[in-house]
Amino acid sequence: MEAPIHNIRWDALAVFTLLLAFISWLGFAAARWRRGDLDQLHEWGLGGRRFGTVVTWFLVGGDLYTATTFIAIPALAYGAGALAFFALPYFVIAYPIMFVTLPRLWRVAARRGYVTASDYVQGRFGNRWLTLAVALTGIAATMPYIAMQLVGLRVVIGGLGLHGQGLIGELPLFVAFLILAAFTYSSGLRAPAAIAVVKDLLIYITVLAAVIVIPLKLGGLGKVFAAVPPQKLLLAPPGVGTTGSYTAYTTLALGSALAIFLYPQSLTGLLAASSERAIRRNAALLPAFSLLLPLLVLLGFMAIAAGVDKRPEYAAGFALFKTNFAVPALILHSFPGWFVGVAFAAIGIAALVPAAIMSIASANLFTRNIYRDLLRPGLSAQEESKMARRVSLVVKGGALIFVVLLPVQYAIELQLLAGVWILQTLPAVFIGLYTRWFHGWALLAGWLVGVASGTAMAAAAGFTATYKLVIAGFVLPGYAALYALILNLGVAGAATLVLRSLGVRLPPDESGPEDEDEGEGKGAVHE
Amino acid sequence: MPKSPVRPDDEGQAGARGEAAKGEPRLYYLLFLVQIVICLWAPFYNRVEPSLAGIPFFYWFQTLCVVLGAAMTAIVYFATGRTKS
Repeated sequence: MEAPIHNIRWDALAVFTLLLAFISWLGFAAARWRRGDLDQLHEWGLGGRRFGTVVTWFLVGGDLYTATTFIAIPALAYGAGALAFFALPYFVIAYPIMFVTLPRLWRVAARRGYVTASDYVQGRFGNRWLTLAVALTGIAATMPYIAMQLVGLRVVIGGLGLHGQGLIGELPLFVAFLILAAFTYSSGLRAPAAIAVVKDLLIYITVLAAVIVIPLKLGGLGKVFAAVPPQKLLLAPPGVGTTGSYTAYTTLALGSALAIFLYPQSLTGLLAASSERAIRRNAALLPAFSLLLPLLVLLGFMAIAAGVDKRPEYAAGFALFKTNFAVPALILHSFPGWFVGVAFAAIGIAALVPAAIMSIASANLFTRNIYRDLLRPGLSAQEESKMARRVSLVVKGGALIFVVLLPVQYAIELQLLAGVWILQTLPAVFIGLYTRWFHGWALLAGWLVGVASGTAMAAAAGFTATYKLVIAGFVLPGYAALYALILNLGVAGAATLVLRSLGVRLPPDESGPEDEDEGEGKGAVHE
Repeated sequence: MPKSPVRPDDEGQAGARGEAAKGEPRLYYLLFLVQIVICLWAPFYNRVEPSLAGIPFFYWFQTLCVVLGAAMTAIVYFATGRTKS
C-alpha cells in the first residue's frame, strides 16, 4: 500500500466530516432513545424489542444494503457486466422467504426471550452441539462481513484523497473505527437504528441524484448501455454440455436469497422489532430498497460509459482498489465537491451501520450461546451485557487489524466462505421452524458435511462464487453454498431416518406448541 | 412429531374475525412460487430485445420483477392478515 498522497478534496472532506460528526453524536444520543436498562442483553443487543415498523424498515434496510452493496455491485457490473444483476432475482426471492419464516421466528423468540438463532435452535432441538455449531457459524460468517465494510470505508477515504503510507495513512480509518466502537459500546443496537435513518436517506439521495444527473451528462440511458461491451451486456449463453452462466446466475441468486436472513445481523435487526406485524409489514415494505439495485448496476455501467478508468486522475485509485474504485471515481467525476462529500459520507455511513449491527449480533451469539450457556451458566444479566459490549469491541478490533495488515483478497475470500457457511444453518433454523422431523444429531451431521464440502468446493473454484459441478459428464457451474446445502439436507435426512428407525427419542421442544398458531397480536411486545 | 396446523379453539375465533379460511394462505404462497420461478428462468430473459427506451430486455424485465415482486408480497400480506388492526 505504498501510494503517494493524492490531492485532498477539501470541500468534500469538510462535508464528509460534518456528516460523520453528526451521526457520531446521534450514535451516543441514541442510548436515551426508547429508554431501557442497557445492562440487559436484550436491551443492548436487541434494542429492547421496541422498534416499530418504520424504525425496523430503516434498520433492516441499513443492515441488508451495506457499503459492500454500494461499492461491490457497481464494481461487478463495471468488471463483469450482466452477472452483477443477480442481485435482482436474489432480492425478489429473499422477501417471500422472509415473509414465510421471520414472523414465526419472531413470535417464538419474543415469547421465549430468545436473542439469537442459537437460542431458538437450542429450544427447538435441545442438542448442545448443534446449538454450538450454529453459534460458531454465525460468528465466523459475520466477521469477514465487518472486514468488508471497513474495506468499503477505506475506498471512500481514498477517494477523498486521504491516502498516506503505512499506518499513518490508515489514521482516518482508525478514527472512524474508534467512533463506531464507542457508540456501539454505549448504546447497543439503538445506535445503528438511529443512524440507519440518516444513512438510508443519504443513500437514496445519492443514488437518485446519480442516476438522474449522470445519464443526462452522458447523453441518455441508451448511450450508457451502448457503452457496455456486448459480451458483458448479457449473460454469456452456455456452450454445449454445460449450463454455463445460466446456472451460475440462478444458483447465486437463490443461494444468496436463502442465506441472507440467516446471517446474525439480519436476525438481530428483525428480532428487535416490537411486533410480529412489524415483521410482516417489512417483508412487504423492504422490497422498496430493492429498487436501488438496478440503479447500482447502472452506476457501474455509467462508470464504463464515462470512461473513468481512462482518466489519469483516477489511475492511482484504480491501482489501489481495482474495480471497487468505479463508483467513487464516477462520483468524483460527475459532481461538485460538496456533493462528493455527501455521497462518500453516505457510503461511509453505509459501512458503519451494518458493521455496528454485525458486531452486536456476533457479540450476542458469543455471550449468550458460548460464554453464558457453556462456560458461565449462572451469569447475571449485567455481566452478560458487559461481556457482550466487550466482545463487540474485540470483534471490530479484529476486523480492523485484519483489514489493515492483510491483503484485501483474503477478506473477499472469507466473505465468500461466510456465505457458504451460513447457508448450512438453514436446515436447523428455517426448516426447524416448520417441523421437528429432523433429529438434532442428524442436523449436526448435515451441517458438518455442508460446511466441509462447501469450503472444499469454494477452494476448488479458486474462491470464486462458481463451482463447476460435473454430473455424468454434464457441467453445472453453480454456487458452492447451494450445492453444499443440498448435500447437507441429504445427509440430515438420511441420518434422521436411521436415528428414527433405531428408536432414538427427541429431546422436548421448549419452543412450545402454542407458538405454532398464526397469532397476530399474540406475543407482541408493547412499549 | 409434526404438529397439526389445526387448533380447535382457534377455528371459532378465526371465523368470527372474518379471516381467510385455513387453506387460503397456502394459495397465496403460490404467488410467491410463481414470482420465484419466473425471475429465476434466465434463458427466458437473457436477451436485448425488446428494449425499452434504450434499456435491454434483460435489465428492464428483471427490474419489473422487483416491482411485481413487491406488489405480490403486499398482496399476500393483506390477504393473509387479520381484519382487525
